[in-house]
Amino acid sequence: MLTSPNLTYQLLAPILIILGGALIGVAVEAFVRKGLRARVQLTVALLAVIAAFVQLIRIRDQRSTSAAIASFSFDGATVFMQGAILVLAFFALLLISDRGNFVAQASAIPGSEDEQISISSGKSQTEVFPLTLFAISGMMLFPAATDLITLFVALEVLSLPLYLMAGLSRRRRLLSQEAALKYFLLGAYSSAFFLFGSAFLYGYSGSLSLNGIADAIAGNSGNDIFLLIGTIFLMVGLLFKIGAVPFHSWTPDVYQGAPTPITGFMAACTKIAALGAMLRIFYVALAGDQIQWRPIVTVISIVTMLVGAIAAISQRDVKRTLAFSSIAHAGFLLTGIVALNQSGLKASLFYLVAYGFATLGAFAIVTLVRDSSGEVTDMNRWVGLGKKSPLIAGAFCLFLLSFGGIPLTSGFIAKFSIFTAAYESGNISVVVFGVLTSAIALFFYLRVIVMLFFTEPKSDVVTVSVPSPQVSFVVAASVIVTIVLGVYPSLLLNSAQSFASFLR
Amino acid sequence: MSLVTILELVPLIGAGLLFALPKGNTKLIKQSAFALSLATLIVSLLIAYRFKTNVSGMQFVESHSWISNFGIRYAVGIDGMALVLILLTTILTPIVLLAGWNEAETGRWSVRTFYVLMLILESSMIGVFAATDVFLFYVIFEAMLIPVYLLIGGYGRGERSAAAMKFLLYSLLGGLLMLAAVIGIYIISTNQIGGTFDTAKLATLQIDSGTEDFLFLGFFIAFAIKAPLWPFHTWLPGAAKSATPATSVLLLGVLDKVGTYGMIRFCITLFPHATKTFTPVIIVLSLISILYGAFLAIGQRDINGLIAFTSISHFGFIVLGIFALTSQGLSGATLYMVNHGFSTAALFLVAGWMVARRDSSQIADFGGLQRVTPVMAWSFFIAGMSALALPGISSFVSEFLVLVGTFTKYPVAAIVGTTGIVLAALYVLITVQRSLHGPTTAGNENLTDLNLREKIAIAPVIAILVVMGFFPKPVLHWINPSSAATMQAAGVSDPLPKAGK
Repeated sequence: MLTSPNLTYQLLAPILIILGGALIGVAVEAFVRKGLRARVQLTVALLAVIAAFVQLIRIRDQRSTSAAIASFSFDGATVFMQGAILVLAFFALLLISDRGNFVAQASAIPGSEDEQISISSGKSQTEVFPLTLFAISGMMLFPAATDLITLFVALEVLSLPLYLMAGLSRRRRLLSQEAALKYFLLGAYSSAFFLFGSAFLYGYSGSLSLNGIADAIAGNSGNDIFLLIGTIFLMVGLLFKIGAVPFHSWTPDVYQGAPTPITGFMAACTKIAALGAMLRIFYVALAGDQIQWRPIVTVISIVTMLVGAIAAISQRDVKRTLAFSSIAHAGFLLTGIVALNQSGLKASLFYLVAYGFATLGAFAIVTLVRDSSGEVTDMNRWVGLGKKSPLIAGAFCLFLLSFGGIPLTSGFIAKFSIFTAAYESGNISVVVFGVLTSAIALFFYLRVIVMLFFTEPKSDVVTVSVPSPQVSFVVAASVIVTIVLGVYPSLLLNSAQSFASFLR
Repeated sequence: MSLVTILELVPLIGAGLLFALPKGNTKLIKQSAFALSLATLIVSLLIAYRFKTNVSGMQFVESHSWISNFGIRYAVGIDGMALVLILLTTILTPIVLLAGWNEAETGRWSVRTFYVLMLILESSMIGVFAATDVFLFYVIFEAMLIPVYLLIGGYGRGERSAAAMKFLLYSLLGGLLMLAAVIGIYIISTNQIGGTFDTAKLATLQIDSGTEDFLFLGFFIAFAIKAPLWPFHTWLPGAAKSATPATSVLLLGVLDKVGTYGMIRFCITLFPHATKTFTPVIIVLSLISILYGAFLAIGQRDINGLIAFTSISHFGFIVLGIFALTSQGLSGATLYMVNHGFSTAALFLVAGWMVARRDSSQIADFGGLQRVTPVMAWSFFIAGMSALALPGISSFVSEFLVLVGTFTKYPVAAIVGTTGIVLAALYVLITVQRSLHGPTTAGNENLTDLNLREKIAIAPVIAILVVMGFFPKPVLHWINPSSAATMQAAGVSDPLPKAGK
């Protein structure tokens, strides 16, 4: 006899609301007339995010591992990460809605007559909103999924829209399309690795669920070689998504080529989703096998920090610099996985939010610095910006100081708590490398600050366009969060602490 | 609310109030900033008046939970050593504001920003000496770098942004090493007594010796960069040459004392065993500092560079006194910190006026100033005498105490250190001779002497140097109980005099 599967719609509701919003968005694309479309799309997307967040708040105290036929765990970490993704996505949507970042018609060949026509007709690609919602739904599922197939589906749901969105830049379209193609090809490769690893883990344990793998490791019943191969291949797929060395080479190109709001969205939200999934896999499924993977992750973490920090020094493009900074931060975040304790989880959660806001704010500012042909990301032309628009340059410096981990910014508390967790677990080498790399990283953050404030501007100065209300709102919110979490971090640390748990 | 918290808040809130003033009215901004620093001075004098010398331990204590997840508290309190350093801060700030009345005009940014930064710096310097929570100390220790960085890079001279950058990177590197050690000691406390950053509680931990050495070095290198001790000193000359006189005074006179203060407060108190392990190395480093600073000072042509290198030599004496681990040495070193603060203030301020008048900082460009500008010349002469520790001027007392304290334990080190005094005479007297005496160098004939404002600014510094030279007792009264407490925490006692020696 067949029993109907237990889905527990209530717990899946936040994701379903987002998916529903995305589908409405697709319908809007078909039925609403062109002039209204952008506005309707933004409203639908924001409402969906708000509704999902409200539902999440309503069910925040429920705990269940049986939802969606036990392939979805609704625990503290899930609530926190889904909430963080929704909040950051809300701000990212505001950035995306800012005019003039997206291509008029993606199908028109760059430089062709079609393109001229589409630009002069004032079109703009508004499909980006439903695509973003689809990506958000995948991101929300990814850190909550508890079996390898659901994980893979979530990974694809979050990745596919991102590949597309990376290619939608209005200016420098070839660069944007190149970035999209690169991201897609490498992403597809890494997904294959992920799948391959899943197969080996299934071969090892006879189970696709994380709990089943954990039981198999505890029972020491399978073939250890399969376990090792499976772990490593799974890791490749995940490390690719967070941009850890040696799977980082796409990051600078994609960050540079993608439309800046999308870069901000990717940097802030994808990191949460991918790191969340990674934390769950390593904390829940593979914790028993730590002797094998911990040294590997430790080394990758250290190398990622070093490569990110050192390579950033020689960058001349703001977006590429931020990309390498995000690589360095992926290294710092991996120390939270190495820690493998409750403090590590708590610290990672805090770190992701602190970093997410600073990143979003930084990319919001990148969208503002323009000349007649659009955004200017060449750092030499940012020289002396502090004199022309001290507020914007000051906010950018604040985000950089937060990335650098200067006290009284959120980045410092994040770094402090994640290093504390790593130290607590006995991985002192990671901490020592971490602080030394922070010093290197600080050098390039400070170099940018010197350029903004301490260097006399040359003749071909760029202008800071008057920010639209939504961009000002994003920058202001990011500044406030960065300072408040730096001065009074208990506000978020307390909830990170109470939500820092994985259910088995 | 403890008076110490109020003392921190007066300049900090004052800095906020300055923002409310119109940007263009520089006179009003300067007067308000000066008035605020005087108000801070008055509060600090009130604290000094109420401070009880017969009580051991911290006074004016206040403690609130700040980041409860890590047991971090806003905890302040002062003992004698903190008190004298806070007084040094609050006395010097109005003096440098008055002395450098016009130096903010040539900066990159507005005059208002300069005074806002100065007041924030004053507040954080008070906070750093008053913090009794290691995390709070660390946060202020790092955060205060930003105003200094902006003051050097925004209002300095010459290669100001490079010098500011070098200063900041060096300090941050040291700070990050210290962060690793702070995390380490926190984890140990979590395992033993529940996570805390309270200095007094941390001192009771049992740490195995390998870890203790590691943690000690984390703190020590940060403080050695700050102090600065050879070979961590290379940022100092550039910063001193580029900063405005007012910034230089606060940087070398007060801020660098955080390094030596931290060595006493944290290195020795928290890690007594590691202290003993590393003492020989540190004493050698301090001797190298004394001689290296002195030799390079002799060879300097730039007057600000000269003061910077003499400071490296003097910091060598302070570190020597600290790590001799005798009560005389510690008291002498603490007194030395205060005296060096006033002595450098006098040197930098007068040198700053000389440089501003002559528009050159080369010693060779001065000459015969005694005849043209007698008051300025005499001020510089007295400041120079304090740098060479002439008896009758306060520096002599502290240098003597340091050397006596060292001699009882490490006679050879004391003898080597004494040669530093001889070299000090050399670099001061050569400079005095070249710049003040002899025939007036061409171009100096029309220099103007100190005006009333400058005389009012330099008078209290010189008065303090002379009065404390003859009567250091009140200050030592405050310092001695702290030194005794540090000795006790380190588990050492003064060596008994041996008969027949």
